Amino acid sequence: MFGKEVIVTEVALRDGSHAIAHSYTVDQVVRIAKALDDAKMPFIEVSHGDGLGGSSLQYGLSTTNEFELIEAAVNSCNHSKIAVLLLPGIGTVKELKTAAKIGAKMARIATHVTEADVSKQHISMSKELGLETVGFLMMSHMAPVEKLVEQAKLMESYGADVVYMVDSAGAFLPHEVKERIAALRGSLDIEVGFHAHNNLSLAMANTLVAIEEGATRIDGSVRCLGAGAGNTQTEVLIGVLERLGIKTGIDFYKMMDLAEEIVAPILKTPQEITKGSLILGYAGVYSSFLLHANRAAKKWNDDARDILIELGKQKVVGGQEDMIQEVACMLANKKLSVF
Amino acid sequence: MNKLKVGIIGSGNIGTDLMMKLQNNPFLELTTMIGIDPESDGLNRAEELGIEVIDNGIQGFIERKELADLLFDATSAKAHFHHAEVLGELKKRVIDLTPAAIGPFVVPPVNLGSHIVESNVNLITCGGQATIPIVHAVGQIVEVEYAEIVATISSRSAGPGTRANIDEFTVTTARGLEEIGGAKKGKAIIILNPAEPPIMMRDTVYCKVTNEDFNHESMIHSVKQMVKKVQAYVPGYRLRMDPIIDGSTVTVYLEVQGSGDYLPSYAGNLDIMTASAVKVAEEIAQYEVVKTV
Repeated sequence: MFGKEVIVTEVALRDGSHAIAHSYTVDQVVRIAKALDDAKMPFIEVSHGDGLGGSSLQYGLSTTNEFELIEAAVNSCNHSKIAVLLLPGIGTVKELKTAAKIGAKMARIATHVTEADVSKQHISMSKELGLETVGFLMMSHMAPVEKLVEQAKLMESYGADVVYMVDSAGAFLPHEVKERIAALRGSLDIEVGFHAHNNLSLAMANTLVAIEEGATRIDGSVRCLGAGAGNTQTEVLIGVLERLGIKTGIDFYKMMDLAEEIVAPILKTPQEITKGSLILGYAGVYSSFLLHANRAAKKWNDDARDILIELGKQKVVGGQEDMIQEVACMLANKKLSVF
Repeated sequence: MNKLKVGIIGSGNIGTDLMMKLQNNPFLELTTMIGIDPESDGLNRAEELGIEVIDNGIQGFIERKELADLLFDATSAKAHFHHAEVLGELKKRVIDLTPAAIGPFVVPPVNLGSHIVESNVNLITCGGQATIPIVHAVGQIVEVEYAEIVATISSRSAGPGTRANIDEFTVTTARGLEEIGGAKKGKAIIILNPAEPPIMMRDTVYCKVTNEDFNHESMIHSVKQMVKKVQAYVPGYRLRMDPIIDGSTVTVYLEVQGSGDYLPSYAGNLDIMTASAVKVAEEIAQYEVVKTV
């Protein structure tokens, strides 16, 4: 893989929002963005964890309006470009226009892996607004290879510049990533990307396999600050890629410093693989469910793992956080009725 | 008794389900099905049922305008803008099942009757029809500061019209939560789930009320009474469990099972739209009869 080039997108300021219950402040965003900019990170994604418009009772209210955070990040960077995430059904074209107005340069439009056609409107508008446009196919482990390719081609046809396969649940095994990225690389003309989660401790391995098979866009979260057990740990990724002779343009030392001095103090507890996040990967459940499941388990006196396993059985997709309390309540009632 | 002559524009999932529901209706006579795809299942079924088929869209109806006095528009928001103009000029009544929302909103158990004279009324969205009654019911006990709804439907029941109108769905439903539901602020989210076997339509309603000192029993009673009202015309509409009250947040979990008139019963999202549309049309028909007496 020597000589290859990979473009990294840092997601701690979006995916990481899930891990801190969407409590980012302008000050935190400015400090992190400045340090990432200094380390020459190409793209920094900033939004509510569920994308633009995600602040809600369903997903959690943002402490600070995300547009303030986005604008702060834009103003803090000279080199890095700011990206936003948008899930049709949650955010609309209106939010996209606002993001473009305040200086976002990339929009990532995310759908469930089988529902790409709801993104046509948004991908076209993103292109019209002059943004680099990325299609994001979430929960990719829930569809067979052919379906994934079919949906990726739809996003390509709508005008996407890049299509990512997203392992939202951190459920993929390396051979599954290999098969899929190879199929995407063989069928698309545009760049292929991969977004990993570390719930089964496989984010790095899966990422390296993806790069081997032709993915040129990779996501990372510094200090693993992402949903569930976090994503591929960015500063570790940079070191590994350097050892492999793969160019990213990012400063390894500066990333390590940022992780230790700025991001680590933000985390109340370090991002480890705990019972809950392990079950997310094992049962194939959307990573952002973790904090909600833990909270519901406490409230209804359940084991969070039981809640998550049940959600996996019901084939729940990203965005269905309302199912969590309902399942928790029903499990609690079942236990009571046994007596 | 003289029935009101009605026609359907749009031979997709919603239009065809509506057609099946209108068979043997005591107040309404379905005379025509208007579509643009001659191969569509809807137009084929209409022909089988002996209903006049027009396969060149609204243009075809202009030439046969005596066929119907009230039209249901089950196409898309974009198409409706054109249809509304044409039908306005022809002085026909319209019930709009798209998120175009040109005319005032109608949600039967909340404001049926208040727009009986309007020439164009809008049914908001499936999520709106399912949740606005609940927000209204909560608001009867304590003022609703903020209402947020999450509609989850099976991928199979979301046709091309729905998929092209995702933004419109969220925006129009949010407006409905405010204007008809009575919430000071509304938000709507829609999720498509491809699980097999297809999931039943479900709606979660979160209401943040202005003050948490209210009688919990009265709140639950108000919601349950409203569910009964909706069940009168949407038999498969029900609570998944009792409402959950947490301080000033009331959470209601609903499910809508369709009657299975056209698409299978998981497509409750279609059913609530078509059942509501029929209910509104029946009221208009009865009003028209009273007028002429």
